[in-house]
Parts: sequence; structure tokens; C-alpha cells
Amino acid sequence: MTDTTVLAPARGVLDQDWRKIVNYGLLLALAEVFIALANMPVGLDDFILIEPILSLGYVSLLWLPLLLGYSIGTEKVLEGVTSHAKGAREVVAGACVGLIGGGGVSGLVLLLDNFDLRDPLVNWSPQLLALLAFDNGVGYGVGVWLAIGGGLGLLGGSMHLIAPLARRVVSTMVLAVVGVAVLETILSDIAEDLFLEWLADWIYFIRGGVSLHGAATVAVVAGAYAVWGSKAVKGAKASYQALEGVERKQANKVSIAVVVAATILLPLVLGKITNELLANVGLFLLLALGLNIVIGLAGILDLGYVAFFAVGGYTTAILTSPNRGDSWPTWIPQVWWVVALMLVIVLAGLTGLFIGAPVIRMRGDYLAIVTLGFGEIIRLLFLSDWLGGFTGGAQGVTNVPGVQVFGLANVRGTDPRAVFYLVAFFCAIAIYVSWRLEKSRIGRAWMAVREDESVAEAMGINTVNVKLLAFVVGAVLASFSGAIFAAKVGSVFPTSFIILVSIVILIVVIVGGMGNIAGVVAGSVVLIGVLGGPKQPGLLQEFSEFKLLIYGALLVWMMLKRPEGLIPNVRRTRELHQDEFLQDAWLKGQIDEGDETGDGGEVAPA
Amino acid sequence: MSGERLLTINNLSVTFGGLHALRELDFHVDEGEIVSVIGPNGAGKTTFFNMISGMVTPTSGEIIFENQSLIGLDPNQVTARGIARTFQNVRLFANMTILENVMVAQHCRTKQGLWGALFQTSSFKREEEEIREWGEKVLGFFGTRLVGYRLDQPASVLSYANRRRLEIARAMATKPTILLLDEPVAGMNPKESEELTRLIGELRSEWGFTIVMIEHDMGVVRDVSDRVVVLDHGETIAQGSYEEVSTNPDVIEAYLGRPAEEAS
Repeated sequence: MTDTTVLAPARGVLDQDWRKIVNYGLLLALAEVFIALANMPVGLDDFILIEPILSLGYVSLLWLPLLLGYSIGTEKVLEGVTSHAKGAREVVAGACVGLIGGGGVSGLVLLLDNFDLRDPLVNWSPQLLALLAFDNGVGYGVGVWLAIGGGLGLLGGSMHLIAPLARRVVSTMVLAVVGVAVLETILSDIAEDLFLEWLADWIYFIRGGVSLHGAATVAVVAGAYAVWGSKAVKGAKASYQALEGVERKQANKVSIAVVVAATILLPLVLGKITNELLANVGLFLLLALGLNIVIGLAGILDLGYVAFFAVGGYTTAILTSPNRGDSWPTWIPQVWWVVALMLVIVLAGLTGLFIGAPVIRMRGDYLAIVTLGFGEIIRLLFLSDWLGGFTGGAQGVTNVPGVQVFGLANVRGTDPRAVFYLVAFFCAIAIYVSWRLEKSRIGRAWMAVREDESVAEAMGINTVNVKLLAFVVGAVLASFSGAIFAAKVGSVFPTSFIILVSIVILIVVIVGGMGNIAGVVAGSVVLIGVLGGPKQPGLLQEFSEFKLLIYGALLVWMMLKRPEGLIPNVRRTRELHQDEFLQDAWLKGQIDEGDETGDGGEVAPA
Repeated sequence: MSGERLLTINNLSVTFGGLHALRELDFHVDEGEIVSVIGPNGAGKTTFFNMISGMVTPTSGEIIFENQSLIGLDPNQVTARGIARTFQNVRLFANMTILENVMVAQHCRTKQGLWGALFQTSSFKREEEEIREWGEKVLGFFGTRLVGYRLDQPASVLSYANRRRLEIARAMATKPTILLLDEPVAGMNPKESEELTRLIGELRSEWGFTIVMIEHDMGVVRDVSDRVVVLDHGETIAQGSYEEVSTNPDVIEAYLGRPAEEAS
């Protein structure tokens, strides 16, 4: 919305869309009850955000009324449709939504007090009742939740009344305080390494959580950033986009150099825990980059991708460990990791061919289901009695040695920094491979297959070969990750390669931005780094209980609001927002209206 | 002006369930010919194209192209042999750029693989340059419409007529011997179809393509074809010059008694 938009006067307070309000309110009530019964309030109650007033447990219930109270008043401003100015009507609507939502929690308090449903609902506990009633009796709890709901809804709705800049300042402040509080572990770790302990001591309370004066400091800094800083960032971005040709290439080179330098230098100042997190991010990034080739470039929905991770892990473990299954003939030597890697590449490629050959002729949903099956088959083979003598069955393969780097270093799990460097090296290879292949004959063929397989075939592309190649390249990249994983953890078990791994990698690719390397990196950092992998803890260890719930919620939200991902691929955005894109092109005069003259003399837009 | 026999189709039939889409069809094209295939809706014209291009396998009969059978080949192998087609309902790679659309069509004429792309070998770079040049050349056939600033725009922004042109350019990019054009002027205004008619002539005279074309616009058929083949209910009911065919009573009957001249 620009300042020049002419708005109709605000509507009356009672001129409401009551049906919408009830819908939002019931949605809010349902979500609040769900969150409460998913044990978030109790589970996260020990996580103090702001000492002594606020714990993450309460925040899990408080943010939604605020958000929905605000969003009930938002409307799309469309060209040619009358829009009304915001006023008391929006505030009242927000308050009503909040009130209904608060009523939901109050109802839950009453039910908790009078019924015992602990059997079907494990979190139906006295602790939850005590927490929701603020240790103060049921009547008190009911009243307070109605007041909180209505109040937060009202607060959210009144965000419409203040200027956009002020709104941005407030939201930045709130997000910054929550962010700083939630990321306490890593931030104080970094501060310690940078000799900024005094700053951490000022912001954080001794036993966890942000202190009141710390919160105030963070809020002031964030507010100042929202007013001045974001403008500077936007300006820098605009001037980057204005660059052309050689200058832009140079700017790109500089930013790549900065990223590489940061990747090399950052782990040196970070502590062991953070480096461990980064190493996990790297392992999953490597997997996600591989899957991105398969699904993002070639459009093959592979739900059994973990199979190749498993092949890489098991092959490495069996070849390097003294503790492998008994059925191997004794003449097979134990080899160095690097030597094992060669065989890993070959075996992963063969597995890709083996699984791909029957699967690749299928399309769409059929292909997804069959790959899902193969992913499980591989795991079950490693688990089976039949191969137990070779793979150790449920006992897996243990005592996997680390990676000997030419006698210089022994990379293993106890040294997460070294593991991170090793993973980063392979990620760099994967990024290079994706980047080069995308802009090549093969990459174009993948894109054509993704767009329309039958036409691609009619245009002379051997779709089976091309898709198999994507499958194999993806398989080899995943096996690299498996090989490093085996050396890092020191053992492999069938349970490390469950179907959940495939799903998490897929979510990383989708949430990050399918078909875009930067997007995949962002997706791995956000999901694996912050929330954690299927079994690996993330930055927010407290959240690990709710990891899958948050994954799911995030995925649903992304599909609704931003299906192209965090950092999208241009092409994919176009595909998903075809109408808007064409409208934009039309407004910019780029659309081609056809030429009546037929002489081909079109004038390019300025 | 016709030369050697390029494509011979003998006794070709295809059945979908109990339906005879094509019945004992005989057909041939000589080098340098422009042949139009006409017929009422549902006569089997597009099935005929699908069969030549390998998308549908015939139930019986033979298709001989340059003295080799095409039966059993996949569509990509047929294209590699030198037969390229366009589609009746334009099917471009809508989210790829205009240049990429014609670059990707040269897939079967080029051979750089993983190695070249990963190590940026000089042969890889040379081939990329050649692909690009040929792509721009075929796009340039349609004047300035598809080149310049348009090269890097997605195909989805093009007007309907330009999408049809790009589809022809994409088929040309595969370096074919025979071009199969499925209703090339459908949806174009009279001026645009007049221009395209002239260009189809140039496709033969300057680019050396042999052309088989399905078309409903009788004006275009009359102006450009050496020979017209009329299909009805999957059978050839007449063939010959436009004049011969248009006065053939069977043809007039197939078009429900409507004189073919007035249909134009």
C-alpha cells in the first residue's frame, strides 16, 4: 500500500463480518487447546525468556491471540476495489477474536478441573491445570484467560491504528527480544569467544533468560535498527540489484569470498556445542543439496532418499571398522576412509541405477510411493537376519574409525570442528556440481523433463537416461554424507536411517526453496540448526519434543503463504505465481500482446 | 521439385480398444515436398502425427524413414533420426526462457555430459556456444519477435501467435529432415497466417526442410501445399493437388456436403 492510495472512511464498529470473527475465534480456541494438550506450556515452562516474568511455556499460548487479533483486520488492498481506513472496528474485531480464543482456554481449564481424560490424552495433567490457573484456583484462571485473550486480541487489532513504521518498530523489538532470549546458548557462547562476556552478563540473567534491563537494551537496539538500519540494508540491496554485467559479477565474487571466509573462520571462534550443530547442519545440507538435484532440477519426487545415505554409511563402516559382521571373509582388509570413499561412490551409483531403473519409468505419485518403499527396503535389508552376518543386524557396525587426512588429522566425532570442515568441503563440491550442472546441456534437459515429460521426449531427450543420471548424481552426494556420518558418529545402526530422515530432508528442500542452492542452505540452517534433525539436537534443545509438530506446522504454513520457499528459485516462483507474474509483466509492459502488423517490428520496452 | 522418397507408410492401422483411429493407411512424402493432411475433426490426423513421432505405437503396418523402419522407436529416437513436430495445443516449456526452449531441443544433436560440465572443458564451452548460436539463428527466422530482450524471458509471457512461432523454432532447432506441423496457424489472425504461410514456404526453400502439415485453414493449404491428403474415419479418402482434392465428391461429402472452396 502506498501513501497515495485513497481510502474510504473507516467503517462503524458494529459493521463487522461476524461470521469471519467467529471463524477466526474458533480457530484460535482450537489452536490454543491443541497447543496446551500438546504439552507445550508445561514442557517449556522451565525455559525462562524474560526473568522473572515470562516463560516460553506461556509464550506458546500468548502469541497466537496477538497474531490473529491483528490478522483479522488485514485486508488485501486491490486496485479498483474500495478499501476502508482502519479504525475502532478492527480493534473490536481483534478483541472479539481474542475473547473467543481465551474462552477456549477457559473452557479447557473448567474441563481439566472436572474431568479426568488422562487415559486418551497423556498431557491432561494437574500440572497443566495449575499452570493454566496460575496456581490460583479455577475461577481465577477462567477469568484471567478471558481477559488475556481479549486483551491480546485488542492489542493485536490496535496495531492497525499506528503508523506502519511504528508497527515495524514494535514487531522488530518483540521478535528481537524473543530471538535473543531463545538463542541464549549460542549467543553467550559466541560472546564468550569474542571477549564480550560483559555484554552477555548484562543481557542474560544468571540462571537463564533475559533480564529486564537486558530486554530493554535489546528492544532499544532493535527499534533503532528498524528505524534506520533496515533502510540502509534496503538501500544496499537496491544498489546491488542496480549493478550490471561485470560489476555485478565482481559483487557476486566478493560476497562468495565473504561467505567462504566466514565458513572457514567462524568455527574457530565457536565452541564445541555450536560446532557440533554446524557439523549436523552440514551433513543434512549435503543430503539436501543432493535431493535438490533430484527433485528441484529434474522434478523426481524421491521419498526414499535415505537409502543412499544408508548405503554410504554402511559401506564406509564395513570397510573401515574392525568390528564388522562375522560373515566377511578375512582377506577383505580394513581400509582408510578415503579409500573406502572410492568404493562408496561406486556402490552408491550402482544402487542409484538399481533402484532407479525400475522406478524411473513411473511418474508423479506412483514414483513417490515406489521410492518410499525402496527407502524402507534398504533399511530392512541392513536390519535383516539374512544379511545380519555382514551388517550386524540390529547391533549395527561399531568402532568405525575417524577420517585420516594424510596423517595430518584424525577427523571424528570428538572433534566437531574438524568434522565441520570435512563436511563443508564436500558441501562445496555439491554446490559446485549443482551450479555447473544447472547451466549445462544436462541441466536444461532436467528442467524440460520437469516441465513436460512427453514433450521433452518428443524434442529428442532420452528422458529415462536423463532422469537416471539425476538419480545417480543425487545418490552419490547422499552417500558422501553417509560416509562422513559413519566416521563422525563412529557407528551405524539401521535406526539411523529411518524414513523420517527422508522426510526431514524433503522438508528442508521445500521450506528452503526448491531448486535454489541458497534456499537449501537457508532451509538446513533454520530447520536442522535451530530445530534439530530427526535425532540430532538443534539449537533449541527444549523444543526437541515438539520438533515434528513445528516441522509440520511450518510446512503447512509455507504451503499456504509461501509455497516457493524461504529463498526461492526464480523459475519456481514463476510457476507457482503464474497469474501474479503475468500481471506484473503486463504492468511493466513486458507482456507480448501479439503483433497485428505481422512485420515483427516490436518495440522493446524502455 | 520433389526428390527422393523420404517417408513411406504402408498399411498402417491403430486401434484403441475397439476404435479404429487409423485404418490401413498408405502415405508417402518425397524430399522437399510440402504435404497437407486435412480432414474433419476426429478423422485421425493428430493420431497420425503421434504415430510417426513415436508417441503411439501402431497396431500393424510399417513406417519407413530413409530406408529404415521407425516402428518400435521411442519419440526421442525418432527425433534423433530427423523428424520433429509441433503440437496442436501449444506445449512449450513455459517456465524456461525462450532461448532455453530452443537450446534444450538440440539435446539429441549434442553430446557433452557430466564431465564437460563439471570441468568446463574447452569442448564443452565450444558446444555451448554452438548451441546458443543455432538457437538464436532459428529464433531469428521469425524476425525480431523472439530475439533480443526476449531471449531471457520465460516462454509464458509470449502472445498466442508467438508461442506458435516459438514451437516451430523449437522443432527447427532439433535439425530435422521432416517437420511435422500440427495446425501451425490455428488461432492466428488473417495477417499473421498469411505471413506464416510465406514462412512455411521459406522453411522449404531456404532451410531445406520437408514439411507435413495438418491444417484446417484451406487458404493456407491451397497456397502452400504440393499435395493434399484427406483423412476421414482413419482412412485416406483422397489425395492429390488442392484442386483435385477440393472437387472430389468424397471429400465434399466428408465435409458434410460443404464445398471445400467455401470452407476457406
